[in-house]
Amino acid sequence: MGEYIRLKSPEELAKRKRNIIVLFILSAAIILAFMASMNTGFIRLTPLDLVRTLFGEGTAQQNLILYEFRLPRIVISILIGAGLALSGCVLQSISRNALADAGIIGINSGAGFMILMYVAFFPTITAASAFVLPVLAWVGGGVAALLVFAMSYRRHRGLSSNRLILNGIALNSGISAATIVITLRISPDQYQFVATWMAGSIWGKDWKFVWALLPFICILLPYVYLKSQTVNVLSLGDSLAKNLGAAVSREQLLLLGAAVGLAGSCVAVSGSIGFVGLIAPHLAKRLVGQRYQILLPTTVLTGSLLVLVADTLGRWVFQPSEIPTGIVVAVIGAPYFLYLLVRSKG
Amino acid sequence: MQNSSYCKNSLDWGRPNVAVISKQSQEPGQSSAAPDALESVGPASAAEAVKQIHSRPNVAILIILGGIVALILGIGVSVTFGARDIRFEEVWLAVFQYNPDLTDHQVIQELRLPRVLGCVLVGSSFAVAGAILQGMMRNPLADSGLLGLNSGAGFALAVCFAFFPGMSYSYLVLVCFIGAALSAMFVFALGSIAKGGLTPIRLVLAGAALSALLTALSEGIALHFRIGQDLAFWYAGGVAGTRWFHLKVMFPWILAAIAGAIVLSRSITLLSLGEDVAKGLGLRSGFTKFMGTVIVIVLAGSAVSAVGAVSFVGLLVPHFARKLVGVDYRWIIPTSAVLGAVLVVLADLAARTVRPGFETPIGALIALIGVPFFLYLANKERREL
Repeated sequence: MGEYIRLKSPEELAKRKRNIIVLFILSAAIILAFMASMNTGFIRLTPLDLVRTLFGEGTAQQNLILYEFRLPRIVISILIGAGLALSGCVLQSISRNALADAGIIGINSGAGFMILMYVAFFPTITAASAFVLPVLAWVGGGVAALLVFAMSYRRHRGLSSNRLILNGIALNSGISAATIVITLRISPDQYQFVATWMAGSIWGKDWKFVWALLPFICILLPYVYLKSQTVNVLSLGDSLAKNLGAAVSREQLLLLGAAVGLAGSCVAVSGSIGFVGLIAPHLAKRLVGQRYQILLPTTVLTGSLLVLVADTLGRWVFQPSEIPTGIVVAVIGAPYFLYLLVRSKG
Repeated sequence: MQNSSYCKNSLDWGRPNVAVISKQSQEPGQSSAAPDALESVGPASAAEAVKQIHSRPNVAILIILGGIVALILGIGVSVTFGARDIRFEEVWLAVFQYNPDLTDHQVIQELRLPRVLGCVLVGSSFAVAGAILQGMMRNPLADSGLLGLNSGAGFALAVCFAFFPGMSYSYLVLVCFIGAALSAMFVFALGSIAKGGLTPIRLVLAGAALSALLTALSEGIALHFRIGQDLAFWYAGGVAGTRWFHLKVMFPWILAAIAGAIVLSRSITLLSLGEDVAKGLGLRSGFTKFMGTVIVIVLAGSAVSAVGAVSFVGLLVPHFARKLVGVDYRWIIPTSAVLGAVLVVLADLAARTVRPGFETPIGALIALIGVPFFLYLANKERREL
């Protein structure tokens, strides 16, 4: 942990070089996945057509497919992956708990509950719901997270991460119990709709959703990155961080706010893709180590890659029907994660 | 040896030294020869460490006795109340002088009694499993879901519902147990074969990853075969289907596992101080973890397969017990067993009386009751684990 105090040794330089290579490989993989994803669907396009269309020389049909159907969805996948992974990373570091992610402070269950309520009490799913649902999900997730905050905050002692987690679990269990009680009363079709949403299928496939999501990502992503030194210090634990001179409870609140903003807006657009926030930081940690200056960008890239690949596979494997992205993320992410876990030492 | 510690004792009249002396006077063999004395450093200082841990044995004994009384009362009330109106004298006769020709007696003997006893078994199983895991992992998030038990059972259930519809309840229970046990063993094996051995964090991560994988697969199956709602109902917890047959199969295993947990509890207290401390105090931590995991698999596996994931019991009760009796697992484990049983019996009673004729899922009910309570505990004062 004391890496940034020492002078740079040859090994450290080698490590830095290796980290840069890791970032480079991840970016290249995202570009490859991007190309593959562009080409996945009912109508196939050759890479040449793809390049031509991207440079504005495609036919009307090709333009329509790429710019109106596939591109927004791909962009959304990348943004969601980045947002969820980053919020997971920040939450794990602040709460100092390896199991933390946006789900733990109630965002997923709060959002899911609002969707369920809407479906149960307004049984007809109209065109309007395409915009009502994300808003409701955002409100639900935000309210749940705020509740957990409010319960965990003490005026003189600030935010206790342990209490945050315990309150989060309690709220999550309460919400999911309420969810089950309501679930048993709705019709099978309604249930199917809610279950698909909860399993995390990318709901917004439109440029409008990209524009809605972009401001959050564009502001909060650089903000968290600029704070990476603070995250480093906070991850050492409250008392040590205080001794190092960090304004612990203020920084914690700010970072938590950023994490909630990121995760909430992502969940609103995507449904609850839970596993990314948990797994991407761990994957990144195994790739580049604990230093947040390099860990945060790696986490972002890992998350984007994971969601993009999962979404592409989900559209491709059982064409023409789709598998919810959240399921695919878990199915490809978990085995790789287990493999890394077995290989790594300590 | 006696002399030196006596001198120290007279200079510094503190409790820990008294504890060491009384320990030595109880086991005179250890303080006589020099090699023995060297070896006794481990256990003696371990005992000291345990002594210094904040615990309240008198409160614990009181709670356990009170809990047992409450449990017996709860069982009585639960057997008496139900959809069919049966007088208490009739209940008494049905239990102690069973007459198979009377319908009332049959209802009591074949439906209500196994159900309430099932609640007792399941409640204490989940609570003890949760207590062991929280102590071993040093993680307040730990419950039986953590080792992949719940998701393993859920996945087995989804496969059964999708591919073998109409399977009998007894087979379902068996398959669920196998699913739960396999996934937990897989998690444990994955955690162990890695370089550097089994660390709590690795076990937790492996469990979380496998759970996510199995849950995703179950979700996929449920969406594809449109069986999600049935699964959700089963999974939410129901004890209505419990029969004597299941109790007879479960009882010896659960009893043995709880006894094992109590035997192991001292080592778990040491582990809860941290791996390094426990090792320094002379604990065979690998062995303790292995035994703890086996016990958890037996307890939580059979409970999950019998009633579904009523996992909040495993999370809530050990926290509550720790709050009441302190952090010594020798008291936490028995207290958890009793309190868990009381909680589930009462929850089942409530589930049947809230809306008669309609079974409210007991897991959901426990969570709804437990959450405010849990919030209160979590926020009252500084936690200790």
